[in-house]
Amino acid sequence: MRLNNAIIIGAGPAGLTAAATCAENGMNVLVIDEYMRTGGRLLGQLYEEPDGGWWNGIEESRNLYEKAVELGVEFHLNTPVNNLENEGGVWTIYTEQEIFQTEHLLLATGAAESPIPIPGWTLPGVMSVGAAQVMTNVHRVQPGDRGIIIGVNVLSAAIAMELSLANIEVVSLALPEKNLITQESANPKEVMKSLLHVSHMAPSKFARWGSRLMKNSFMQTLGVNFYPKSGVKMWNIPVQLRKAVTEIYGDDKVEGVKLATINAKGEIVPGSEENITLDFVCIAGGLYPLAELAAVAGCPFYLVEELGGYVPLHNERMETPLQGLYVAGNITGIEGAKVAASQGRTAGLSMVCHATENQLEDEINYSMEQTSKTREEAHIQFHPEIDKGRTKILNQWKSYHLEE
Amino acid sequence: MTRRILDHPILGKMEDLDDSNYVSFQFNEVIYQGIENESLAAALLANGIRTLRYHEESGRARGIYCNIGHCYECRVTIDGRPGVRACLTPVKEGMDVVSGKPISSNEGGVSSEAE
Repeated sequence: MRLNNAIIIGAGPAGLTAAATCAENGMNVLVIDEYMRTGGRLLGQLYEEPDGGWWNGIEESRNLYEKAVELGVEFHLNTPVNNLENEGGVWTIYTEQEIFQTEHLLLATGAAESPIPIPGWTLPGVMSVGAAQVMTNVHRVQPGDRGIIIGVNVLSAAIAMELSLANIEVVSLALPEKNLITQESANPKEVMKSLLHVSHMAPSKFARWGSRLMKNSFMQTLGVNFYPKSGVKMWNIPVQLRKAVTEIYGDDKVEGVKLATINAKGEIVPGSEENITLDFVCIAGGLYPLAELAAVAGCPFYLVEELGGYVPLHNERMETPLQGLYVAGNITGIEGAKVAASQGRTAGLSMVCHATENQLEDEINYSMEQTSKTREEAHIQFHPEIDKGRTKILNQWKSYHLEE
Repeated sequence: MTRRILDHPILGKMEDLDDSNYVSFQFNEVIYQGIENESLAAALLANGIRTLRYHEESGRARGIYCNIGHCYECRVTIDGRPGVRACLTPVKEGMDVVSGKPISSNEGGVSSEAE
């Protein structure tokens, strides 16, 4: 018996788009997600687009979900997946509630946030920056009255703006103290370099000046050396590349942080520590592909820094080397929701191609082109060399198949 | 203090919220109100509660960290079932939630609550 159904793990932009694509082409589709709502990380997103309109993740998620439901897609939410097994081309998916089977399985599990261990980081009131985003925009509960964000990157800059939109005071975006783990994220010059790629989001004159003039390394060093001690304001929040949090303190909850001045290399200036009173702290260590299920499935992995970490081997059609196993979205590398959705469409088409007699070569090629185009036009680039990362994994795919 | 964001400049007012949306649940034997089907972690934070459990070994207070199910820092016992993630659990009327507590050293081994 051939199973003409598709199972998709993850109800974010990639999973939802793939689900609609499979259903449009006559497949029975089941989407599984452990969260209580569909949308994944897209739910929390809220930013102004270059045309002045707002990208509202809740509305975008609702549209994708409603389209899938209209096409007959079935959803199992609040359903964590514990294990995957393959026997004779059939994938068995073990959840906490039920067991499912399919010959066409898509992993669209998205991304997780890297933590930054800092003394005091287990205190209640310390949370990942994504946690604060979800509390604020999705659950509509303030993470606190007054907080600080540790870690300056694309995600934390965007979420700082979202917190201030909701009237939550963010006293500063600062760096973590330099140690063996923090490395680049604690180095003002490295952070400055990565920030240049988001400078178009900052309306301040400084940032615009920065993006034009600070392309070369010498200017970046100069920029960091002359970086104002009070920081540069983005949406009225000081971005302090010359300040680092050395400790989060409090008895049984966050009461404040110790903030020190650092030199251009990220080293603490002795005696510069001051106490800042706060009731919450966000840690922004960046995103990495959440790929445990691909590992459980037995998919080969490669470390590609530009994609955010270890990614399962895949090609542009979103196929893995394992029969009937597909990947799409941030599990393949950290990018925005629009790219994830576009990859989801390609994955869905590939699944349809394998499951039915339909020849969809033109549609698949078009969808792959759309993904590249969406990537080029992306408003937020999580890694400046994403194209290089994509090329690396495609080259791995080629050499993997040459070896066989 | 933490507060609900009832009105938001871009997202607007919280949809159709009235008294009928609120349910009562118990956390460590105290009764609180939450919005039905919001996450337990959100309902507790809206009530000003950050400490969800005490670490099994050190006894130190712990709260939410990732808020989307990855880190397991928010695990609590719900209606007698230990190790349930508060950030993934929709709040229901009459739910009985208890914090994990440190495992006393004379018990030895690892109890089911430390899973």
